[in-house]
Amino acid sequence: MKNSELSTQFALPRTGIGIDADFGDSAVEASAARMRAVEESAVVQSIGETPLVRLRRLEAHWRLPDSIELYLKLEWVNPGGSIKDRTALSIIRAGITDGSLTPGRTLIDATSGNTGIAYAMLGAALGIPVTLVVPESASDERKRTLTAYGAEVIFSDPYEGSDGAIRLVREIAAAGTDRFFYADQYNNPANILAHTRTTGPEIWRQTEGKLTHFVAALGTTGTLMGAGSFLKTRGHVTLVGVQPAEAFHGIEGLKHLPTAIVPGIFNPALPDRIVGIDTENAFAAARALARVEGFFAGSSTGANLAAAAGLVVELARQGEPARIVMIGCDAGSRYLTTGLWDAN
Amino acid sequence: MSTDDGIHVLIPTPLRGFTGGEARVDVHGGTVGEALEALAVKFPGLGERLHDEDGQLRRFVNVFVNGQNVRDIAGTATELSPGDEIGIIPAMAGGDAS
Repeated sequence: MKNSELSTQFALPRTGIGIDADFGDSAVEASAARMRAVEESAVVQSIGETPLVRLRRLEAHWRLPDSIELYLKLEWVNPGGSIKDRTALSIIRAGITDGSLTPGRTLIDATSGNTGIAYAMLGAALGIPVTLVVPESASDERKRTLTAYGAEVIFSDPYEGSDGAIRLVREIAAAGTDRFFYADQYNNPANILAHTRTTGPEIWRQTEGKLTHFVAALGTTGTLMGAGSFLKTRGHVTLVGVQPAEAFHGIEGLKHLPTAIVPGIFNPALPDRIVGIDTENAFAAARALARVEGFFAGSSTGANLAAAAGLVVELARQGEPARIVMIGCDAGSRYLTTGLWDAN
Repeated sequence: MSTDDGIHVLIPTPLRGFTGGEARVDVHGGTVGEALEALAVKFPGLGERLHDEDGQLRRFVNVFVNGQNVRDIAGTATELSPGDEIGIIPAMAGGDAS
């Protein structure tokens, strides 16, 4: 093959391929055809069914009694590298089904992190144009990942954090209702459904229904709301939500609910308890996981682990057996330019 | 305090509870460390959010001088001139993981 042919073959496609193609006249037929295209996508087929592993070395490191077991769900195995692939896919499916994500519309949302990467990945795989409102303080690797997938990135005030991105995307979406599909991960019930339909059932099956606690960090709160509500309908499972101990924190993606914009999908009655974790403790737990267990995870996974560490002290004192399942939200490689991995 | 010869400090939303809601405050100081110390004196409680028990800048806190991260310059020893702008932003590779 000549170089000129190669360059044509690898020229970057414009959006408008894939499910943006014309599938016929009837809206219902078109929607069904677009859903088939979604289900046939190799990226879509790679999402979910992630491993659940027991952390035996960490159990030994923490000198836990034999009656307490720790499990981690490895969500970074998803093709976009985080649990958010499930969320983004569920939101896109719901948008196609209810007719709000029509061909030609651009998916838009506020995200500074993993959901943005998941939207951008699925946008590329399905031919949906994607625009993301991101705090300007997002790391370079994050911004470059989004543009690598072909998404358009709009920056919001870095001093306003993720809430500033939410406020800006609301303005942009309101001004262009015909042009945009506002995915609204913080208020979209499809976020919860992602975990009611996939994450929750997977955990139930993988533990053979024998878990006692489910620990999930709170960002949009979709994981705890969805998987948590599913697990509660199946058995007696204690739901533990994890948030930063303080408003000013460095745990990527987590919301300090007393001071942040509270997601519309959050039901405060569902969690049995909500634990506050210091950024330093979340970082230390993530570093311990890498060193002791060999799993390189991000700071939100660290926060879940730190919350579990507090829990097991309590349970061991009471002599209670426990099987604790934690979410491993994303990989440590997403944070190489942050303070997470700075030497002690 | 005159705003002309001071150091302008940009405060992120989660710390504005300490500054009476102000997004921009002025302090004096010849270095970043001095300016942050002046900030901590002026707004009680704020210093502990920025520094750990050993007085080190917490590892998730990024401080920018005129747009440049001080970790890439001279850290808290970075020198300041009147009218310089300091920005305080919690390190984030994003804002939503879960």
